[in-house]
Amino acid sequence: MEKIVTNEQSGSEGSSVSGLFGAVLKRDLMLAYRKKSDLFNPLIFFLMVATLFPLGVSPEPEFLAEIAPGVVWVAALLATLLSMDGLFKSDFEDGTLEQTLLSPQPLFVVVLAKVLAHWMMSGLPLALLAPLLAVMLFLPAEGMSGLMLSLLLGTPTLSLVGAIGAALTVGLRKGGVLISLLVLPLYIPVLIFGTSAVQAAVTGLPLAGFFALLGAILALGLVLAPLAIGAALRISVSG
Amino acid sequence: MSEKKNWMPRWFYQLASPRWSYDIMGKLLPGFTVAALLFLVVGTVWALAFAPSDYQQGNSFRIIYIHVPSAVLAQSCYMMMAIAGAIGLIWKMKVADMVAKSCAPIGATMALLALATGAIWGKPTWGSWWVWDARLTSMLILLFLYLGVIALYSAIENEAMAAKSAAVLALVGLVNIPIIKYSVDWWNTLHQPATFKLTERPAMATEMWLPLLVMVIGFYCFFAVSLMMRTRNEILVRERRASWVKELVGKQ
Repeated sequence: MEKIVTNEQSGSEGSSVSGLFGAVLKRDLMLAYRKKSDLFNPLIFFLMVATLFPLGVSPEPEFLAEIAPGVVWVAALLATLLSMDGLFKSDFEDGTLEQTLLSPQPLFVVVLAKVLAHWMMSGLPLALLAPLLAVMLFLPAEGMSGLMLSLLLGTPTLSLVGAIGAALTVGLRKGGVLISLLVLPLYIPVLIFGTSAVQAAVTGLPLAGFFALLGAILALGLVLAPLAIGAALRISVSG
Repeated sequence: MSEKKNWMPRWFYQLASPRWSYDIMGKLLPGFTVAALLFLVVGTVWALAFAPSDYQQGNSFRIIYIHVPSAVLAQSCYMMMAIAGAIGLIWKMKVADMVAKSCAPIGATMALLALATGAIWGKPTWGSWWVWDARLTSMLILLFLYLGVIALYSAIENEAMAAKSAAVLALVGLVNIPIIKYSVDWWNTLHQPATFKLTERPAMATEMWLPLLVMVIGFYCFFAVSLMMRTRNEILVRERRASWVKELVGKQ
């Protein structure tokens, strides 16, 4: 199936890098769109985790407002992690991944497109849904823009780093818990800067520094993570 | 081509042979064992009995003679694991893979030891077993990184594949360690600054930091002993089908 799509694309646009990137992105988005439960499950999970905190800790508005940035960020992080497991799984099972690795196209580009598609299906909806949660948790209105922007800048890094874990565990039968063990420690800087940005927004402090740090981490991730993902995929598939 | 061939020393290539590595480690082992025992015994006695007690903390400060070396070792052990993993990935050296695999449990133990001694020291000094301070937290995260690597080793049955995967993970962790360290530092800081700096004289009194230096050297020697023993074990297990291992085992 993948072959058909790439052939069409390379026929019309030549085998340029941007054509390849577009073809892989289009294919992954289409696959995700056709299997809508995969798209909605992490979002529902995101909502449910955030609901647990008022029930489990305290429904006091002042208290919730205080922990809201952290709760929304942790919930977004866990939801991203949950959706990570399936990133390469179906491609691995039907052999597409093997064909991708064998193809002469640069793996870096393919991997980057797949991660971008994953982010558009997980991180982006999470960032768009976050204000709803923030209202439920009584986050002051000043914090909203900080929350959304920090999620928009931070979740792509989560997808990139999580994809390394997904690539390392793709051949294993019980990869789910293992991904969390491998990836969660690496998520900590993003969590720290993300929540700090929201807290700074709530208290009216300047935000640019946190966004610059999140952006720097994202830039580093964009350059280095696809290399690690590619290496991990080669190891997982060919041993 | 011929001039490019010899840019790495010969012993580096010889290390690629499990048998040669096994033998050379066997020869190095007694020396390092003696050195480790000597330094650790001298350092411990010196630190516990002869070093002056702190004017504020009394005798409770003496736990740093275990705490600091184990924390230093936990960090350098991760470096070693990642570098050995990279050598294994680049030169496809089996022995480097085995060294990396042997590093993980030692490093995890050292990180745990550093956390435990820190907690024991923190109770009388700070009044609580645990505080969410930057250095404690980054040591905890280092422990998590080790545990992730160990979990990956045990999850993958194929040894060669497990070694390569863990090497990639260790390298990703190595890139992340400075980021984690600085992010946690900016997040919260209560811990005192590093005891030893390469560029400056330590702020501690000489009679206090000299035994600490002896202990650090002793810990490194102990690490070398433990690493070589583990690696030799690993070589025997992985090369169990090789004729020289069968001969060796048959002799005993």
